[in-house]
Amino acid sequence: MKIRINNKDFDCKKGEVVLDVALRNGIKIPAVCRHTDLEPQNSCRLCLVEIKGKGLQTSCSTKVENGMEISTESAEIKRLRKINLELLFSQHIEQCSECNWSYKCKLLELARKYEIKITKFNDRKKDFPTYQFGPSVVFDSSKCIDCKNCIAMCQKQGVGFLDNKEKDGFFCTVPGQTKECVYCGQCITHCPSGAFEEVSSIKEVEEALKKGNVVFQFAPAIRSSIGEEFNLPHGSITTGKLVAALRKLGAKKVFDVSFSADITTIEEGGELIERLSEDKNLPMFTSCCPSWVRYVEVYKPELIKHLTSVRSPHIILGGLIKMSEDNPIVVSIMPCVSKKYEITREELKIDGVKPVDYVLTTRELGRMIRKNKIDFEKLEERDPDYPWGEATGAGVIYGATGGVMESALRTVYEKITGKSLGDINLKSVRGLKGVKEAEIKIGKRKVRVAVINGLGNIDGLDYKKYDYIEVMACPGGCIGGGGQPIPIDDEIRKKRAESLYIIDKKKKIRLAHESPFVEKAYREHLKNKKIIHKICHTTYGNNKNK
Amino acid sequence: MDIVKKLKVSELKGRGGGAFSVALKWELVKKAKGKEKYVICNASEGEPNVFKDKFILDNYLSEVINGINIAVDFLNAKDAYIYLNKDYKLKGDIGKCIIFKKTSGYIGGEETAAVEAIEGKRTEPRFKPPFLTDCGLFNCPTLMNNVETFYYVSKVSKGEYNKTRFYSINGDVPNEGVYELPVDMSMFDILKQTGNYPDFDFFAQVGGGASGEIILPQELKKPAFGAGSITIYNKDKTDIYALMEKWAEFFHTGNCDKCAPCREGAFRIYEMVKNRDIDYEVLDEIFFNLKKSSFCALGKCIPLPFESLIKKVK
Ligand code: SF4
Ligand code: SF4
Ligand code: SF4
Ligand code: SF4
Ligand code: FES
Repeated sequence: MKIRINNKDFDCKKGEVVLDVALRNGIKIPAVCRHTDLEPQNSCRLCLVEIKGKGLQTSCSTKVENGMEISTESAEIKRLRKINLELLFSQHIEQCSECNWSYKCKLLELARKYEIKITKFNDRKKDFPTYQFGPSVVFDSSKCIDCKNCIAMCQKQGVGFLDNKEKDGFFCTVPGQTKECVYCGQCITHCPSGAFEEVSSIKEVEEALKKGNVVFQFAPAIRSSIGEEFNLPHGSITTGKLVAALRKLGAKKVFDVSFSADITTIEEGGELIERLSEDKNLPMFTSCCPSWVRYVEVYKPELIKHLTSVRSPHIILGGLIKMSEDNPIVVSIMPCVSKKYEITREELKIDGVKPVDYVLTTRELGRMIRKNKIDFEKLEERDPDYPWGEATGAGVIYGATGGVMESALRTVYEKITGKSLGDINLKSVRGLKGVKEAEIKIGKRKVRVAVINGLGNIDGLDYKKYDYIEVMACPGGCIGGGGQPIPIDDEIRKKRAESLYIIDKKKKIRLAHESPFVEKAYREHLKNKKIIHKICHTTYGNNKNK
Repeated sequence: MDIVKKLKVSELKGRGGGAFSVALKWELVKKAKGKEKYVICNASEGEPNVFKDKFILDNYLSEVINGINIAVDFLNAKDAYIYLNKDYKLKGDIGKCIIFKKTSGYIGGEETAAVEAIEGKRTEPRFKPPFLTDCGLFNCPTLMNNVETFYYVSKVSKGEYNKTRFYSINGDVPNEGVYELPVDMSMFDILKQTGNYPDFDFFAQVGGGASGEIILPQELKKPAFGAGSITIYNKDKTDIYALMEKWAEFFHTGNCDKCAPCREGAFRIYEMVKNRDIDYEVLDEIFFNLKKSSFCALGKCIPLPFESLIKKVK
């Protein structure tokens, strides 16, 4: 069908909203509260357009009808947008220099475009409190513009920790009293006003860097997203520049966590084979996402015994680094705010030593690079450090939903059958569907697997139907993680994931167990069961720390 | 004659304030496709100075229940709910009706917000379309009428409807109360007949004690509108800023805070009026914005009492 916007015809599909058709065709309509992951909130009212026969309507929630005639600009619309912007700013304390959006938010862009006075009204929220959720998330409610996206997203995650409570005549977004946050950080990436952010570790890392013994390790999902911090196109692959930037910041060494993802794969694959042969505690669930682990511990303790005992890749690599470097301070660059919580888990300590000392999110790293006036784009590409530099393709795709599953299956298949998979691209577990399923015949056994993309999709899953289940709390997996550059939507998730699969495809070695570097690590460091256990495995359930 | 025909002939209009044809609404729900259908009696009456539904429930509950039952039979509805103001009590038999006590403020009276509340969600209006008649409670076609409407449905079905309605009259009057009088009676006659016509300089607020329009004595020749309330204010004795402050507080605390124009606009009106520091230019902007860009009718209605008071009385 067709609709007419500003006197030009455009094709569209039934069910689409006017806003999407306009944006797709380069027609700008301001829309602050809309996030394509969620139902329209209808709250900011900035996206109002004039529809013939219907008057002023919000384009984010009005579905297209054939022949609809729309104008997106008029003196009246402009006047309304101005007032609503002024009203939104009257409830938003600007702290742009420290904001997640770092001057790139829609609010500020629109304030300039519509030439509004952002201080027309006094700030009614100046005394509103700041909350901290564990070691991961900070919520400064004085910046909140009440779009309620975070509440909707937290619901969608199946957690429902955030709440809308009445206080002095206003309904306010607040942390609830009855639930617990699992630190996925999806509230952060869905907040248009920067009210949510990570608990920052920048200061601590800056201090550590002065001492000169910082070892950085970066997650698989960073290489195709960090560029966005410097306005590069979504999904730009910048592994070499990332390494260079970390070196410039004063790293003693820089390691790639994809490498230890390969170790996770081997250990986890081994555990799966064992459980399959004994038919014990199936399905086995992945455990590299700490938000998922926390969710299990808090909300579904009956699943604890189903979690693989294998540690997440950066914890394993952190342990190896601590074993082999001279008194290092290990800093993980992660797409994730939950990893900040993960490193506080007591049982991960190895002989009393934390495998990882600090976690910085992709955004925090972006901020540090900017602060140090490093011109990211102009950096000369560098390689990470060996022997633990080179990762296989399997280790890289860990950053996308389905990646852990795909890597594990590639290895498990070979280990059990002794044959190689005909096609190692397991496309059925890729992509952005909420629940993905596959069945592969390994030897005599049909192994049924599921991939849960976004924590909320675990709800209602009949998990007994499967043998092995990957769960990533963040939609899209870590490429869409709570610590990643914003904005994030499905288009952006696709591009970031696609880049990881491109890297995988180009790698000579694409199977974890074929990596000579991994083999070397086992030979030199993970020599016996006891050490492997210490470095690579853990326990759950004894930990409810916030 | 079936009930819809009778309703059509009677020309009965909804008495919640919207004045939509009852026959038409019933037909819409009847025609709508859905596994189940629901009937909701809106008894959430939440605006100051409006108390006729309470009066009807206290005195004619059985007529109201009869009206609801007629709707249930007509639609073959699964359940009927009474969405009840939390301060009201029903004394008498309510048959199979399910009582749901309204928990939230004024916004709880908005039809779609009421449905959200009964579904256990946050009391907030829904985006329309779809309308309740197509997709209401639990996504099923739903008939929602107000208490007085169901009362008159019962009357219509018995052939006892004489084109009357209920008026709540209060304020600076000697005979405060609820009166059943002809629908087309002028407000002047209503006040005269009930012995309430003031002998002092006054103005009236009609159709709701917060959202109602301000009416001057010379404008009383027309019938009352909205929820059918008339509140009389003695012009010399009324502090119009205190009055506006009361309204503003009601809107600011009673709205749902979903959309920016109403959440922030109502608050800024309240702030200015309370501080007796009104910037009329800014106020105008806020009113314009409320009327044009609010999500629901409540927000759109906020300017009316203020604007009419400022224009006619200030
Ligand atoms: S971090 Fe996740 S669980 Fe916690 S409040 Fe945010 S969205 Fe909810
Ligand atoms: S914190 Fe952010 S996402 Fe949540 S309601 Fe406020 S502005 Fe919206
Ligand atoms: S999916 Fe990845 S980014 Fe998100 S919480 Fe889990 S580990 Fe962190
Ligand atoms: S206009 Fe907006 S804030 Fe006001 S009651 Fe309606 S939806 Fe709620
Ligand atoms: S984007 Fe449509 S109302 Fe906010």
